[in-house]
This record gives sequence, C-alpha cells and structure tokens, in this order.
Amino acid sequence: MSDSTANGLVLAADGTPLKRSLSRSMRRQKMRAFMLVAPLLIFVLLTFIYPIGVMLSRSVQNDIVPETLPETVRVLGAWDSSSGDLPNEVVYAAFMRDMSVAIKAKKHTRLGSRLNYEKTGFSSMFRQSGRKMKKLDPVVDAPFKDKLIKIHKGWGDIETWKTLQTYSGLYTSGYFLNSVDARMTPEGMAWQPEDKQILLKLFGRTLVMSLIITGSCILLGYPIAWLLSNVSPRSANLLLILVLLPFWTSLLVRTSAWKVMLQQNGVINEVLVWIGLVPDGERLILINNQFGTIVAMTHILLPFMILPMYSVMQTIPPVYLRAAKSMGATNWTAFWRVYFPQSIPGIGAGSILVFILSIGYYITPEIVGGTKGVFISNRIAYHISSSLNWGLAAALGTILLIVVLALYWAYDRIVGIDNVKLG
Amino acid sequence: MANTKKSDAFVEFERVQKSYDGINLVVKDLNLSMPRGEFLTMLGPSGSGKTTCLMMLAGFETATHGDIRLGGTSINNIPPHKRGIGMVFQNYALFPHMTVAENLAFPLEVRKIGKSEREEKVMRALGMVQMQDFAGRRPSQLSGGQQQRIALSRALVFEPELVLMDEPLGALDKQLRETLQFEITNLAHELGITTVYVTHDQTEALTMSDRVAVFENGRIQQLAAPDKLYEEPENSFVAQFIGENNTLEGVIKEIKGGVALVQLDNGDLIDAKPINVTQAGQRTRVSIRPERVEMDKSRLSSDAHTLKAEVLEFIYMGDIFRTRLRVAGSDAFVIKTRNAPDQIRLQPGQIIDIGWLAEDCRALDA
Repeated sequence: MSDSTANGLVLAADGTPLKRSLSRSMRRQKMRAFMLVAPLLIFVLLTFIYPIGVMLSRSVQNDIVPETLPETVRVLGAWDSSSGDLPNEVVYAAFMRDMSVAIKAKKHTRLGSRLNYEKTGFSSMFRQSGRKMKKLDPVVDAPFKDKLIKIHKGWGDIETWKTLQTYSGLYTSGYFLNSVDARMTPEGMAWQPEDKQILLKLFGRTLVMSLIITGSCILLGYPIAWLLSNVSPRSANLLLILVLLPFWTSLLVRTSAWKVMLQQNGVINEVLVWIGLVPDGERLILINNQFGTIVAMTHILLPFMILPMYSVMQTIPPVYLRAAKSMGATNWTAFWRVYFPQSIPGIGAGSILVFILSIGYYITPEIVGGTKGVFISNRIAYHISSSLNWGLAAALGTILLIVVLALYWAYDRIVGIDNVKLG
Repeated sequence: MANTKKSDAFVEFERVQKSYDGINLVVKDLNLSMPRGEFLTMLGPSGSGKTTCLMMLAGFETATHGDIRLGGTSINNIPPHKRGIGMVFQNYALFPHMTVAENLAFPLEVRKIGKSEREEKVMRALGMVQMQDFAGRRPSQLSGGQQQRIALSRALVFEPELVLMDEPLGALDKQLRETLQFEITNLAHELGITTVYVTHDQTEALTMSDRVAVFENGRIQQLAAPDKLYEEPENSFVAQFIGENNTLEGVIKEIKGGVALVQLDNGDLIDAKPINVTQAGQRTRVSIRPERVEMDKSRLSSDAHTLKAEVLEFIYMGDIFRTRLRVAGSDAFVIKTRNAPDQIRLQPGQIIDIGWLAEDCRALDA
C-alpha cells in the first residue's frame, strides 16, 4: 500500500507528504505555463490595468490645490467661513508667498483652470493677478490684503475664499458630484443650476438607448443565428462570412455609410420621395438624432449578438424539436417551450456583449448622433480633449464602469453567469 | 374506432418510395402491413432505409410516392404533432432544461390535460419504468439507462397506440441493453401498444420482436418471425446478415425430390434444400449455420455427401467451441459445438469429415 499515512497525511513512496510531492512535480509545468502567458500579462498590466487605475484615481485627486498653495491651505483652515468676514492678513500674506513661488514656476494658471471647474472666473482671475503679483515682493510689500483686492476685486469676495477652503483637501468628491449634476459648496452638496443639469440625463439616455440597441440586436440576430445553425454547413459558412463581413470594414466607413443612407438627401429619403411615400418638402429626419444612433449601432453591433447565439444554437440538436412535435407540440410550442429556453445562454451572452459595448460607444454616436443622439462617452471625450477637465472625465468613466459592473452583477443574480456561453 | 375493423392492418405502407435528391431512391417500393399490438423491428445495415421509413411514419419525412396509413386513414398530409405517435430517440432527446417530471408532463400539457390528472399520469408512467424517485431530477443527473427509461415513459405517458423507437439502446452497454430489451418488450405487450423498433443489432431484433423486417438497399428483403428469419432465410443477404453463416458457392447439378445436388467450385458435391433456385445449371450460394454442421457421420443418412475439412483454429468460448475449418477452398468455414462433457476438442491440422442434413443447407441466389 503506497497511501501510507502519518498524522492523517497521505505520504508518497519516499515518505514526503503526497501534497508537497505533487506540487513539486507540478511546479515546472506551472512555471512553463506562466511563462507562456507572462508577456500578455505584462502587456495588459502596463497598457490596461495601470492606465485605468491612474485614470480612476484622477476622479478624486485634488492635490494641485494643497501643493500649489500649501501655506494658504493651512492657515485658511482656521478661518470661519460662516462669519461673513474676509480672512485676515495672515491668510493674504500666506497666499502672497505661495503665489510668488507658483508664479515663478508658472503653476498658478493651472491652478486657476482647476478651480475654474468649480467656480467660473477663477481662471482669468489667476492669470490677471499673476501678472500683477509678480511685481510685489512677498516680504517687503506687506500688508497684502488691500493690495490684492486692488489687483483683482475677486480677492475681496468672500465666495472666492470659501471655494478655496472647500477645495483645499488632497482628495475631493467634487468631480463625482459634478458627474451627477451636483456640486460641492461651502455649505455642502447642492444641485447644479437647472440649465447645467445634463449629465444625469445623458447617463439615462445612454442606458435606455443601449437597451433599445440590445433589444433590436436580439430581434434581428435571433432568426439569423437560427438560420445559421440549421442550414447545411456549406451554406452556414457562406452566411457566416456575410455576418463577419462588417468586421473587415472600418468602423468609420460603416458609420459614414449610414450617414449616406440616412441623411435628408440620402438614399432612403430619395427613394421614399421617388416612390411618393414622402412629399419632397417633408423629408424624414433620420440622422443626427437618437434614431440614427440606434440604427447605425444596431447594425454595427449585430455580429456580437449573432456569434454567441449561433455558437449556443449549434449545440442544440434538432432532435429536441422532433421529440417535442412527436409528443403533440405545434411548431410554435416546440420552439417556445423546448428550443428557446435552451438558446437563452446565447441571448444572455450576446446581450451582455452588445450592451456593454454600446454603453461605452463613441465613434458612431459622434458621427450620426447629432446633439440628441450622443452618449455619455462623447461627453467624456469632450472633457478629455476639449475642456481638459480630466478629473470630471475620470469620474464619469468610473461611474460608467460601476454601472456596467452593477448590471453584470444583477445579471448574474437573475440569470446566472454560468448560463452565458460565448462559444 | 367505429369505422376501423379490429382485424385490419393498423399500420400500412403501400408502394412507398422516398428520395432525398431526386436521383436515388432511399426507399424503393415499400409494402408493409402491421396488425394492432404487434412488435415489429426494422433491421438493416446503416443506409438501408429503415430509419427513413420510421421518420416517414412519424411525419418528419414525407413520402415521395405512395401511401402510409394509420388505423385505415392516410396520414401523408397530417403533421407530426397531430399523429399521436409516441417516439423514443437514439440519444433520448430528454429536454435538458426540464426536470424528469416536467419532461413527462410536456406531452400532456400540450394536450391541455388538467394539472391533477397530469400529475397522476406522470407518476403512473414513471412507475411503469420504476423511476418514481427521480421525478425531480434533471436529465443530466441520470445515467444513460435511467435516461432511456425516462424517454420510454415519456413516449408512453400520453397513451399512444403506436410507439416508434429509433435505435433506443444503441448508446448503452451490453448488460444494460439486455435488461432494457426485456423491459421494453414486456411493457409493449402489457400495454398492448403497437411498436415499430429500428435497430442494426440483430440480436436485439431477434429477441424482442414478433416480426422482423430485414432492410437492405431500400427494400424489405424478408419480413418474418425471428425463428423463421434465422432458420429459413429467403435470400443470401438475409442468410448472411442474420446470425453467423457459412457460405459455399457452386452450380446446381440437379434438383430431385426437394433436394438439390450442388457441385461446388472445387468439384465436391453436396446436398442442399433449393430455396430460390429452380433448375440445373444455375449458380447458387449455399448457406449452412455453424451449429448445424455435423462431424459425426453416424448421425447422417448413409447416402449423404460429406466434405473433407482441415482444422485451422480452435477457439474456446466458454459455452461453445468455435472451430475454423478449410472447406472446399474457403478458409472461413466455421462450426460451433456445444461445450458438453463428451465433446471432441479438435486440434489444428486435423482432417475431419463434415456433413449436414439437406434441409439445414439452403441453396440461395448467387
């Protein structure tokens, strides 16, 4: 008997515990396997995990304020903003010292832009004051309170100092509040003014439209996947190539093609006018709105729905349908009660794929969405490349990521993630 | 049932043909009639058309030509779900997303049978195959034999008069197959249902059926009870296909008094019973079962022809001995002898005389 035991441990032939013996014999294999995946792992870490981590951290980072104005932030902490008085000379003097360092390093304009996200006017105030404060000496020219107020009347505004005090921490929840149309004020959280509340609406629209796109992909993709899995392998291959054909064309080209199709002088409108269905003066508006985005994105994402559905349907033997019919089920009952339930894993996989892809889609809504058909990702892109408010962009991205994860979790709870088959 | 006479054929194929591609006939001119309550097996090699016939009967394939009748009425244009035929499939076809009980309730549900009656019928059908305890399980939690039992009871639960089985035991091991063969025949006879069973396993066909239809090349080669089929094959295909058989080829020398004298290709003469040979000069293939070959001259008539045979191989198989001989130039001549205390165990190289009763040796088509 080789399974001799000592202290309840199973021992190998040489007396070492079997577990250790096994792990030793497997170590080489494991190492080799790891070496094979290591390049990809490192690549993913460097180009995916790390940038995402950095981006996410930007959504709460606020170190530019305490780093540029270290002394001011410290003394401003003692100021009671609710007193109704401006801060005393100590704060102004500290601010002058901090600024003269920042001006030399040319960092004060960046701080201005940062604070401008919270309160408009900061950017120009910092730029203008910077030019004049350069001429003052932080030691000789004291006191500064009146001088600074003379340079820019903003320094005499109690709100300015309240804002500085509110955003003096290393971390801030300001970006996240901005993302949901709220802002942080010295008095606590408040909603943005009515006319600036656009982001929550945009999130809602992104979710609703993604759901509509997913739904239309299911409706259009299901019959195709069924056909693919029920024709002869030869025809299936041909059809599969047709399904995959869009993948071989640039996304930009496909989206632009929709522009050609849908615009008011486009193919569809011309045909409708030509056959007299639509009068020339009342051409349909099919593009630069939500309709255009839904049509184009459904087309572009359809393969992602068809492929998982197809791979699941392929595994459902047609004999089940025959069995159901032999037991007296009509074609419809046989499909609905026997075939459809078995194809749900494919629908689930396709839906997750399409929904997650569409919730973060950018190019297509940008081109065919106009103003009413854009997604939250377009807003993120705007903040990254135009307004340069990366903190807000990061916060919006983080929320998007959390929404996707939450939906994934909900799906797992309701349908079960093991019910998803991608192949 | 008022207008169908009890004695009439229940299932009828009349001049049925089937082609898939418009060039080849898979089923050629099939005529078959089955009385109510019969257990009929369609036996044949793969591609012989037996499964196609079953599928036409079930309604999954349409006959290219001819008439299929069930209980006297033509069912050619009746869709499968209205035929009321129970069916057992080769790979069970149990719905994986339903429990055993849900699987059995399915045919009742689509027939709009009330819940309490449904449950009662399901339990009764499970009882027939001793599977009541498995009602709540999923098919994937059952073994192959258990799944086949469930498939069987699902085909029976809605009390069809006709049940079709398409190689239902093909995926099971030998022992389980034998148990289930016995269970299926018992059930079929107990319930009085008419059964059409398709298989390529001849043992299964012989042990289970009332009658066996041997299919080859789209035709029924012989339709007969198992014993007749085995002992009186009507042509050389059936003789070869059913059981083991020794074949010798030759020419009819004369036919006299119900006995044909056959001259084998090496010149030896033997006696045989003429089956589908009619005159001298015809080529023939004679077939003799291994267990009907006689080594003891004293048990043959005095004027019987015998052949010289050289023992090539002796195989001990437990209950029987199987000896391979060289006879009339053929190396594949086999005889089977019972493992009795007085039985001779032949040695390779031995030369013996063999013979047989003329009626055990059938002269068939060449």
